[in-house]
Amino acid sequence: MQAKFIKALGLATLVASTFTISSVYAADKIIKIDGSSTVYPITEAVAEEFQKETKIKVTVGESGTGGGFKKFCRGETDISDASRPILKKEIDACKEAGIQYIELPIAYDGLTVVVNIKNDWVKSLTVDELKKVWSSGSSVKTWNQINPAYPNKPLALFGPGTASGTFDYFTEAINGKAKSSRSDYTPSEDDNVLVQGVSSNVGGMGYFGLAYYEENKDKLRAIPIVAKAGAAAVGPSAETVKNGTYQPLSRPLFIYVNATAAAFKPEVKAFVNFYLKNAPKLVTEVKYVALPDVDYVAVGDHFKALKAGTGFNGTSEVGIKIVDILSRVK
Amino acid sequence: MSNITNTTGSMTSPVVQDLDEVRAMIKRHKLKDYLFSIIGLLALMVGLLTLLVLFVDLVMDGSAKFNFEFLSEYPSRRAASAGLLSAWVGSALVMTVTFLTAVPMGVAAGLYLEEYAAKNWFSDLIEINVSNLAGVPSIIYGLLALGLFVYGLGLGQSILTAGLTLGLLILPIVIVSTREAIRGIPVAIREAAYAVGATKWQVVYDHVLKYSYGGILTGVIIGMARALGETAPIITIGALTFIAFLPPSPITTNPPFINFDWLHSGFTVMPIQMFNWLSRPDHAFHVNAAATGAIIILVTLLMNGTAIYLRYNIRKNIKW
Repeated sequence: MQAKFIKALGLATLVASTFTISSVYAADKIIKIDGSSTVYPITEAVAEEFQKETKIKVTVGESGTGGGFKKFCRGETDISDASRPILKKEIDACKEAGIQYIELPIAYDGLTVVVNIKNDWVKSLTVDELKKVWSSGSSVKTWNQINPAYPNKPLALFGPGTASGTFDYFTEAINGKAKSSRSDYTPSEDDNVLVQGVSSNVGGMGYFGLAYYEENKDKLRAIPIVAKAGAAAVGPSAETVKNGTYQPLSRPLFIYVNATAAAFKPEVKAFVNFYLKNAPKLVTEVKYVALPDVDYVAVGDHFKALKAGTGFNGTSEVGIKIVDILSRVK
Repeated sequence: MSNITNTTGSMTSPVVQDLDEVRAMIKRHKLKDYLFSIIGLLALMVGLLTLLVLFVDLVMDGSAKFNFEFLSEYPSRRAASAGLLSAWVGSALVMTVTFLTAVPMGVAAGLYLEEYAAKNWFSDLIEINVSNLAGVPSIIYGLLALGLFVYGLGLGQSILTAGLTLGLLILPIVIVSTREAIRGIPVAIREAAYAVGATKWQVVYDHVLKYSYGGILTGVIIGMARALGETAPIITIGALTFIAFLPPSPITTNPPFINFDWLHSGFTVMPIQMFNWLSRPDHAFHVNAAATGAIIILVTLLMNGTAIYLRYNIRKNIKW
């Protein structure tokens, strides 16, 4: 037995040394996708169906929007999932590497402000009140500091970490400046941790994507938001996000397609077309909000015309229509 | 005679008194003995019960998924039909690469340090470094691998990269356990072999390695069990999350019947799949995550159990 062990060791070394020689890459067609963990469930659903139908292999990673763009702009992936528009520095990185991309909005997500189910005092919150709570350097510690009519209960805040696209969008929409936020809240990249935090704290408040609220309606309550003074409070739901009345916390989600791959790789083209065709059904199934049908048609045309570039100026914008995003790309 | 009797007679009471005192003392010491054994048992229970509670909790949460389908299905957006196939195959392939790289290198390094290397400041330096390496956080290995394997050597986000990374990670464990196993062999064995004219290599191959085999194997298995559960370095080098196909098969029907394409394939491993399921909003996925956790713990326990069994049996067969 010992002799065998020694022989196995020898063989193993031999095999290990041949690893480097046999660097023949698999010639299989594989569509490589990486990026946002928020968009991940949608792309996963599409990839699953696409693979069943066409037998073309698809891999999806979730390195986050920023991590995804890093790989995308190095040409390692064909498609990048993004929960926010491409940023200035990412635009530059792509340009430097000679990578062109087609920006396609594929769904909506409604950021939801939630409180504990036992919280019976808050009926709605205005954007100004939210800003008072979340802005950088805020000293609001109790509920009655938001509104004197609320009880003197300690406020426990939960939110996504600073690397998250959700954080970027919320701070932009509420505080007026992306990434500007008070820092003395409990951050977590895992939304289930935020759900737990708010649901175990009577004075808790937090924000995350609509899907996490939908799955935890028994523990949490979503707060209707008053966008402007005098406007009606609107709660988040598939309908209010879709028709644009839930403002300013509705945001579009994107996929960025490598323009060269879209033009010259038939499997990538087929995948994106499949994506847009099946998005209304699959997006709803994974608890996100589908775009109106006309918008999917517009996005489809945009892709067909291979219009490369971004409709944003390297920054996030709040409350912008899909057709406007598309039309801004020359 | 009477004198003696007298003496003992007069001594009787002090002896008895002493005896009582000694008995009381023994009792006190026994009590301390007893107290410590209780404290020790409690300390042991903290670790053991924690593991047990965790494991039972995972098994109860995940029990619905302990079936063949769970191991034979690809990941899916539907929790009910989502399975672990690509993840466990990925884990197995990565572990294969880890084993094939860490074991020969680790054992050779351990043997060299213990049997061949001169004992001077340089070997001391290496020894300190190896021990330090064992304590480096695993994420550091991930970052090293990202720079060295993924980009430096251009191996990409592949099974080969992951296997080599985990190989590096457990290398110090293999080296240290090899050295410990070798140190357990009496010098007399070596001297006897030299006395009948054996060369250094004959001594190492026929005696040192042969007798320390059990100990080395134990270290290897414990290292592998650790590698199996590692997540951080694998995420750093860019493992995928959704992958619904298997890497190319290592065995083919055409000559030369072996291919190495699988080494360059993308992959996912069990802890990453578990992490992904756990972060889903849909609670049904948390059941899958619990089942995966239970499977990882079970495999780890089995590996460690095998290590203990092998060590015991191999030691039993060695007759000096």
